[in-house]
Amino acid sequence: MADDKDVLRDVWFGRIPTCFTLNPDEVTEREAEPYYLLLPRVSYLPLVTDKVKKHFLKVMRTEDVEEMWFEHEGTPLKWHYPIGVLFDFHASNTVLPWSITVHFKNFPDVDLLHCPTNSMVEAHFMSSIKEADALKHKSQVVNDMQKKDHKQLWMGLQNDKFDQFWAMNRKLMEYPTEEGGFRYIPFRIYQTTNDRPFIQRLFRPVSTEGNPHTLFDLLKEMCPDALTKDGCLQHLLCLPWTSFMSLTLNLCFSSSPPPKVESASLLG
Amino acid sequence: MPVSLLWAVDVHGRVYSLSSAGQQWELGRDAPMEFKRVTAAQQCCWSLGCDSSIYLNVFASDLPVRYKVETYENQRWNPVDGFSERLLPSDRWQWSDVTGLQHQPLHSFQLPSSSWEWEGDWYVDENFEGEPTEKEGWTYSIDFPSTYTKDKKWNSCVRRRRWIRYRRYKAMDTWAKIPSQPMSLPDPFSDISCGGWEISEEPGGRLSLWVVSLQGKVWFREGICHHNPEGSSWEEVPLPGEVVQISCGPGDLVWAVLWEGKLIVREGITRDCPRGLSWAVVECPSPEVGAIHVSVGNGVVWAVTKDNKVWFRRGVNSHNPCGSGWISMVGEMIMISVGLHDQVWAIGCEDRAVYFRQGVTSSELSGKTWRAISAPRDGERPHSSASSQQSAGRFFSGEVQAQSVVSDADSDVEKGSADGAIFTTPEPSLGSPTEPPSNPAVDAPKARIPKVTSDSFISELVSDRDQGKPSKDVLSVTPAVLEEEVIPADGEEILLCAGEALLSTESRGGPQWSNVDLEEAQTGAVLDLAETCSLSSVTTFTLTVEDGAEEHPMWAWVSGEGCSVDSSSQLNWFSSSANTTSVTQSVQSMSLSISPAQTAAWRRQIFEQLSERSRREMDDFKHYEQAIEQSVWVKKGAMQWWRDWKPHKWIDVQFAFEQFSGPDGNKDGILFIYYNYNEEKKYLHAFINEVTILVPVLNDSKHTFAIYTDERTKQRWPIRVAAATELEMYDWLALLSVSCCESRGIQGPPSKQAIWSITCKGDIFVSEPSPALEAVPYPTPCDQMFWRQVGGHLRMVECNSAGIVWGIGYDHTAWVYTGGYGGGFFQGLASSTDNIYTQTDVKSVYIYENQRWNPVSGYTSRGLPTDRYMWSNASGLRECTKTGTRPPSPHWTWISDWAVDYSVSGSTDREGWQYAADFPASFHGYKTMKDFVRRRRWARKCKLTTTGPWQEIPPIPLIDVTVLPCGAQSSVDTFPLWAISSKGDVLCRLGVSAQTPAGSSWLHVGTDQPFKSISIGAAGQVWAIARDGSAFHRGSVSPQNPAGDCWYHIPSPAKQKLKQVSVGRTSICAVDENGNLWYRQGVTPSYPQGSSWDHVSNNVRKVSMGPLDQIWIIADKVQGSQSLSCGTVCHRLGVQPIEPKGQQWDYGIGGGWDHITVRGNAMEPPRIGLLSQKDTAPPTSSSPLPVGIAEPNGTAVYS
Repeated sequence: MADDKDVLRDVWFGRIPTCFTLNPDEVTEREAEPYYLLLPRVSYLPLVTDKVKKHFLKVMRTEDVEEMWFEHEGTPLKWHYPIGVLFDFHASNTVLPWSITVHFKNFPDVDLLHCPTNSMVEAHFMSSIKEADALKHKSQVVNDMQKKDHKQLWMGLQNDKFDQFWAMNRKLMEYPTEEGGFRYIPFRIYQTTNDRPFIQRLFRPVSTEGNPHTLFDLLKEMCPDALTKDGCLQHLLCLPWTSFMSLTLNLCFSSSPPPKVESASLLG
Repeated sequence: MPVSLLWAVDVHGRVYSLSSAGQQWELGRDAPMEFKRVTAAQQCCWSLGCDSSIYLNVFASDLPVRYKVETYENQRWNPVDGFSERLLPSDRWQWSDVTGLQHQPLHSFQLPSSSWEWEGDWYVDENFEGEPTEKEGWTYSIDFPSTYTKDKKWNSCVRRRRWIRYRRYKAMDTWAKIPSQPMSLPDPFSDISCGGWEISEEPGGRLSLWVVSLQGKVWFREGICHHNPEGSSWEEVPLPGEVVQISCGPGDLVWAVLWEGKLIVREGITRDCPRGLSWAVVECPSPEVGAIHVSVGNGVVWAVTKDNKVWFRRGVNSHNPCGSGWISMVGEMIMISVGLHDQVWAIGCEDRAVYFRQGVTSSELSGKTWRAISAPRDGERPHSSASSQQSAGRFFSGEVQAQSVVSDADSDVEKGSADGAIFTTPEPSLGSPTEPPSNPAVDAPKARIPKVTSDSFISELVSDRDQGKPSKDVLSVTPAVLEEEVIPADGEEILLCAGEALLSTESRGGPQWSNVDLEEAQTGAVLDLAETCSLSSVTTFTLTVEDGAEEHPMWAWVSGEGCSVDSSSQLNWFSSSANTTSVTQSVQSMSLSISPAQTAAWRRQIFEQLSERSRREMDDFKHYEQAIEQSVWVKKGAMQWWRDWKPHKWIDVQFAFEQFSGPDGNKDGILFIYYNYNEEKKYLHAFINEVTILVPVLNDSKHTFAIYTDERTKQRWPIRVAAATELEMYDWLALLSVSCCESRGIQGPPSKQAIWSITCKGDIFVSEPSPALEAVPYPTPCDQMFWRQVGGHLRMVECNSAGIVWGIGYDHTAWVYTGGYGGGFFQGLASSTDNIYTQTDVKSVYIYENQRWNPVSGYTSRGLPTDRYMWSNASGLRECTKTGTRPPSPHWTWISDWAVDYSVSGSTDREGWQYAADFPASFHGYKTMKDFVRRRRWARKCKLTTTGPWQEIPPIPLIDVTVLPCGAQSSVDTFPLWAISSKGDVLCRLGVSAQTPAGSSWLHVGTDQPFKSISIGAAGQVWAIARDGSAFHRGSVSPQNPAGDCWYHIPSPAKQKLKQVSVGRTSICAVDENGNLWYRQGVTPSYPQGSSWDHVSNNVRKVSMGPLDQIWIIADKVQGSQSLSCGTVCHRLGVQPIEPKGQQWDYGIGGGWDHITVRGNAMEPPRIGLLSQKDTAPPTSSSPLPVGIAEPNGTAVYS
């Protein structure tokens, strides 16, 4: 009997095997070995690449080092997307391990935001949490939390502590039983075929007739193009991952069979 | 909350009930006729028939309503005949009551009504004051008004014996007419209301029933109680005017409406005088429009005025039954019914729908909004008005039909096929004469039509209807009937005629009828019926063509007095998935009906997809480095700590918990308490893997919990810490509990072998026994057992090794374990998603009012300076005032007001007082010359709502339960489960199996006196303790004969009254009221009653015998090295087949433990104790010897 907890654990402990290689244009003192890591899907690149940086700096002179950034097959990787999303978005059809090129020069200012410190990530992450809670509980839960609670959430993510994170995050996932769900389900739909960064609209967990909404309902409403004839989704990515959690939660209680989704995409 | 019923009568006089767990109105099919009004209690429903007689429907229960009648046979000795029937002329009757004053021969006993039957014949009682008598049951004495003994002596001149016979109420679940009295009442009844069950708990099931006659008189039914559900006689209540309607609340509120629209309130209703003393008049809410209806609850009064406005009365309570003022409420209603917990139902004036008042809580008694109950009515698809109208309409108008077929076919295959059949071949289902047998309405008498329409209430209902809105819904069926040219069966005819009646009165432009205008209404309705008969068909036809969609069931009366819901209840009455949404549902909608099984399947699917992804993405790359290294995680907080050294007090400390992954990947942790000692920083620590239990100790002043290790258990001195808020405390508890379980590798639900225990706070703990727990000679020490908490609140719990676990709450509700874990404060990860339900419990808080007598003013609340507080707890040591006493913890809320408690042991006088010579003394229930002090007990009920893996087993309240213990591998599939009801009846549960642990129904096992404890052994030996303290053994219990055949009386140990019994594999132990534990000697398969009681130990509160004959108890007092604990789990060491009584006690967790059951632990210990100890003992067990203060002899403790 699979429990919610098991699902949450599996989502949290999802890992992507990754091979980091240094961009050949970088000036090095000797040849840089590729670096292999298991990246947590729910984390962000700057949080998990300290080791990568350390590894490549060993072969480089400090004057040649600028801000580190990553690229996959020519596409710069946005650090403010969760890793799982980046992978599903850009590389779900490639062979594992995921090959990422590491750059220390020519930062693509057009494509990427600068990320000087991890506090940038924290700010971004907390704003996602707050945005999601605004949809879920009119921000009541997140506002009731103390500063240290916010810190615990963030530290849980940063240090990959499932229990620490979920001890706090469960409060964000609760709702009064009589209401039958959140006010709105926070979600974002990213599409490769679309120029817009993502689709994000208000979406109630329950239809006006009182039936629980499913992921299928959501997609039908938000991006009918993504639904091909057999109900199969081409490139669907749900993020940020906090939003995905609520979707997971919602999927679990909406209990209607999910549309056939490429699982890798669904579980971004 | 138990399932209970909301009752209603529709405009056709049919009675429906709606279960609080159900989704549709169930038709009361066996009603002998139409009813005008109903009034329900939780155990029965009274109704007023159209013949103006009163009917009673006692809900069937597995517990029969039995009444014991008894009479005494008296004899005197004379030298010629010996003992004979010939008595002296001065003697009592030969057959008499217990006093001898009443002549009572056997044939003088008659059944009170045709609803009763005799259970058996007369027999002689062979049990005298807990002792078995000689074969013929005689008891002897010197002369008649004297004391009797069971032994015949030389001076025994008279003797008597008691004859017993039971009668049983047989008219369960049917409407039985209350026979009218010989002196028939002057006029028929017109209103009825029952309530008053909270006035007194004695006798059980007591009800007040008030009725109003057509002439406006009020009558009170005397003597209704559990064993006399019909009551005995009618008593007229004098009135200041003519009453048209009356309402009686669950407590002491009774209000009535006078003919002229004023209201009267009954005053002086008490326990001794449930009829009350006098009436007080209350002005109606608006001076120009009088009241027409009133309904009262515990502390609320709702009224309806003649213009259908709704009013709420402010400030009503027992002390001020009249209240203080009216508040106008939103909504137009024709009647209102206030139910349990002051919840409110009403019938709307516009649409005649039943409305439920949402948001009624004890703090907001007037609620928030009206919400229409949209539950469909059951059965009678083509005939009844609610659910069938839709289908009938669909079928008969072509356009709608097309829609409905599509939506049905596409929305749900199963439903579609069933409904489709009806739609495509409609003729047989509607008009065919072969169908009627399946349709009870058809069997109803034809005479119903004029009766229904003549009912004053319906005329009134019709008369004030909005002219612009004819009742299309009711009429929608009629054109169909006409079109098809089918001669209507009775069911249709009723609808048709009712429709006509409605129409006809509408066309007259209906004047405002009130209840008293019955005669005029009657003639009017009947006349119009005849006049418009031919016309109506045309009219109705056009109406239906116009519109067939809108529909409302037509209700005339609703009664929520027996419906136990509150604002937190989950009700399925409002959005009916089947009926209202199916039409509007889009064809493409993927939404299907949802079942838990589907939820589970769905979750499993996600889980499998995730696992599949993990396999694909990670399996080949396990050797890769993790991006984030695991490190220590620390949680800190400010807490208070009850310091270890004297003087003990709370001091501020830093509390920190460090969690890290051990070398084997298991999580582990350390708790630190940083404190200052003489300005020096110090700390105390505890390893998480050594913590044996975390006990929440919530009271109204501090949010504390206790942390025990085995060492702390020996000391009887846990680490006590207090968090700043309740929330913080539960955060810590949840986190630490999960960590403790993780460090020990425990997860998921408790195993079938688990040992369950309960604290005096009602918290439930469970421990996984190690195989070495029962090893001989070196068992796992009891204080090393690890206990974890399970959500819920219980008073006792019993289990067996097949995983069947039953619990009983403080309010005697029975609960069955659902297989989940967590609940309560364990949320999110520490709790299972399924199998967690809401659980409630109710208990009473008691305080004592103490008074001392002085020669001037008699008894007053002025005590001596040395006296106890004038308001105190039972011991008198703590002051407890009415206003200052709070519920036991913030989780409990008051649900009643303070009331004098008469059910104190030792009886009371009429005001509840008990008298004594001085304060710390034994009290008695009457005043003597030597009594200078008196006290009485006040009780106030409070309620707890929590969650846990428990589901209620309604409806019989229990005080004890036991289930057959069995071996680890048992082939039994249904397990005998016995219980004692709160009234003392013995019950046997049928159909209890591992798949259905709740079983199916109760079988009542007759006894001659109430019982209080029961236990069944592995071989099906059933032992029980009666209220008089004697033991009984049930003979011939077997799988074929699960209830056995007779009770064998077993005398209790000399001068002791037994209170509890437990039977293991072969051993039987019992505890008496003085705390002695007794072992039954000489029990053999051929002589299962045994020969004598053998003393084992004193200082015992409760015993639990396991399937291996292991003996566990709750000890009264246990002294540790630091402190004393009361209520401690103890394990008997050295129990072996050759020494079944064991040798000594080993002490486990304690201080506040109330109950334990080891009946699930059928794990045979390893054969050779010494070797296995090395293998299986946990790493922390440093000493192989049993630790704890144990004495080799029988005495458990020094106190």
